[in-house]
This record gives sequence, C-alpha cells and structure tokens, in this order.
Amino acid sequence: MPVVLVPGVLRAEAGGESRLRVDADGSLAAVLDEIGRRWPRLERRIRDEQGVLRRYVNVYVDGEDCRRSAGLDTPVPPTAEIQVLPSVAGG
Amino acid sequence: MTTLLAIGTQKGLFLATSDDDRRTWQVSSAHFAGTSVYAVAFDTRRPGGPPRILAGVDNSHFGPSVAISDDLGGSWQEPDTAPLAFPAGAGAAVERVWQIAPAGPAEPDVVYAGTQPSALFRSTDGGRTYALVQSLWDHPHRPQWEGGYGGQAIHTILPHPDDPQRVLVAMSTGGVYRTSDGGASWSPSNTGVKAYFLPDPWPEFGQCVHKVARDQADPERCYLQNHHGVYRSGDGGGTWESIAATLPSDFGFAIVSHPRRPGVLWSFPLTADSERHPVDLRCRVFRSTDAGETWQPQEKGLPTDPYYPVVLRDAMTTDDGEPAGVYFGTRSGDVFATRDEGETWSAVAAHLPDVLCVRAVQS
Repeated sequence: MPVVLVPGVLRAEAGGESRLRVDADGSLAAVLDEIGRRWPRLERRIRDEQGVLRRYVNVYVDGEDCRRSAGLDTPVPPTAEIQVLPSVAGG
Repeated sequence: MTTLLAIGTQKGLFLATSDDDRRTWQVSSAHFAGTSVYAVAFDTRRPGGPPRILAGVDNSHFGPSVAISDDLGGSWQEPDTAPLAFPAGAGAAVERVWQIAPAGPAEPDVVYAGTQPSALFRSTDGGRTYALVQSLWDHPHRPQWEGGYGGQAIHTILPHPDDPQRVLVAMSTGGVYRTSDGGASWSPSNTGVKAYFLPDPWPEFGQCVHKVARDQADPERCYLQNHHGVYRSGDGGGTWESIAATLPSDFGFAIVSHPRRPGVLWSFPLTADSERHPVDLRCRVFRSTDAGETWQPQEKGLPTDPYYPVVLRDAMTTDDGEPAGVYFGTRSGDVFATRDEGETWSAVAAHLPDVLCVRAVQS
C-alpha cells in the first residue's frame, strides 16, 4: 500500500497525519483519486477541479518529480513512497 | 455599537473593531496568514446573530476557497469539497475569487461570487457552496473577453436591491453585463463607456471597467470607474455619461457610494494608466455630493508627504453609520478611516501587507 507524506502546511487537511497509507496504486492519479475520496480537502489543495496538479505543488514518487516522469500517469507500485511538497514560490 | 472593518490583504485577512464610534481601532492578527484575500463580504441578512463574514481565500500554492465565519472571525468553516468549482468539461479551473456579494433581502440565502477566469457563481445556502451561472459562462462574447494585468475576472456584482431578477456584473476586460430575467440571459451594457485602447474606442463590449457602485438611495443610478473614464448611469446601467470633468484625473480603481444619501460618492483618482500614483503625489480622496457633477478633495488628516501607493478597486468602502464612515487601504498597507463623511481622516492601521479589499459594518 503506497504511503503519502503530507507536508506540515497541509496536515490539518489530513486529520493531522503526516503519513497516509492509501489503498490504491497503479498510477499517481489513482492514488490522488483515493485521497480525494478519503481526504477531499487535502486532494483539492493538490489538484484543481479539473484534476490538474496545481502549479506550485510538487509530487515525488520514490524521489522522482512526477512532472519529469509521466505526470499523473506516473506509475505507482504498491511499495511507493509519495512525497507532496510545496514548491519554492511566493513573494 | 461596534464597527467592524475587514481588511483583505496580500498576506491575510485582518479584522479591525471600534467600540467608540470609530475613534479608535483594535486590529487583529492575520487570519489565513500568508494567503491573499481579494474578496470579503459581510452578510447582515440573518436575524439574531452577528453578521456572517465571507472571505475569498487564495493560497498561491494550494488554490482558492471561500471560508465563512458566524462568530466574527472566532472560527472559520469551509466545505470538504471545493465551494466553487467549474463543472467537469468546462475547460477551466477557478483561479481566484474576486468578489463576494450577498443578494437582496428577498433572497436571504443567495450569495454571488465573481472569479478569475471571468465567471459568476451563485450560492443558495448562504455562501457555503456555489454553482456556476452557466448562462453567462456560455455567453458568445466570452472568447473575446481579455485579461488585464490583474488577470481576467468578474470583480463586481451588483444584485438589484428590489428586483431579484436583475443583476449587474462587471469584468476586466469585457465591461458591464446585465440580466433582467434572473440570469437566464445576459447583455453587454457599455453604451457611452470608452475603450481607448481598442481600434474602435466605443465597442459594444471589451471595456476595461475597474469598478461599479450602485447609488444606495436610487438603485437605478450607478457610478463606474473605468480604465480612464468616470461615468454615471441613470437607467440602471443601461447607458453611461461622463462625470469626470471636475476630477483631477479620470483614472483610478475604486468608487463607492453613500449608504443612504443619494448622489454622494467617493473616489481615489490616480494620475494615469502610465503613472499609477495619486495625482500630484497627494493622498486625497475626492467626494461628490451631486452625483458626480462636481468633486471636492478631502485630505485633512491624511499623509502630507509625497504619497505613491494606489488604492485598488475593492480597497475603498463605506459603513452604514450616521454619519457615514468611509475607509480605504493602500498597497503600502495603510488603512484610513473617516467618521464624518470625509471631512477628517485618521489611520486605522499601518504597515500591513498590500491592501486588496475592505468592507465595514456596524452591529
């Protein structure tokens, strides 16, 4: 079962949890869909309503930036560790 | 009597309160610290409780939302699912909430919201959740609405106070659109408003309207601050005529009307599109008491040093007090107030983040 690491700034949207075990794998989209079912307020901070990854949110699958891989189609094996990190942006 | 002033900034929402008829103010720490609050509204239509505060909260990383508070900011609620969202297949996502506007007293649970990209949303549960007004989104003009520097957004929503079928919205760019059939259809309403930046300076639509205010005593009269040009309508926004003749400049963003007295309004003129600072670098508000025929500067108590910051489109407002209070905030984080309709001014706050919007209410 993949594990999703939640950044501190978003933990309030995940019941205070820093690590979520998600009962979905295969692709990053499938994992985020399951997050949307269980923690909808977390998922909508990561993707917009059209399912697009928000511009200043980075998601790493086993250390690889999904944008440098296949985006939301990035393969997610059952043992994957998925890290959500806000990018360096702002003023 | 407590006066509550909501100050939306680039990095949070501040709530200022005054318990001595607006002489002194206590300013809260930031709610939603670090997020941009482009829209805030007080909903005073619910009997028996404090006004509901509705805040459009825009997190630069994690997207937009709308939060509400029924205890004057003591706690905030928002739904699990996005309160505003385009339907699947719309080809757009909400980028920012620019305006939140409770409807008239006949529709006590209806709240409108205007977004970037230019879209109108309507809530029927007091502003908790919203649905896209599809008729305006499907308007055949929409592909020709363009974005300005601030983005392309519906930033003004004026429900008619007496007729729920009538709503006026304004967007940059695009201009004014109105419905008189409850939102079933929308028509551009920019006759007389100039778009100097287009080959045809008098188009049916495409104007860069910065703000529209409705005269609170005469709802058929409206005032419009354009991207160069200040106008008045006497027919509910159907046609417009210039009222800029005695202003020092026809450029600016904010325009507000008196809560009760007809023909009384305020603006904060800026030099020009290419020189966005107060005219002559003087921090001055201009008031008209004759519906814009003539304007008089008001500056007693305002800074006297050369003043560069601008007042953005929603960063000026009035309260419902007697005499009326007027408030404005600047991009340098100054907030000023008057409790005598502009005769004298004093500081409410300084050194806040850029002020994006202000709203005030007495309770």
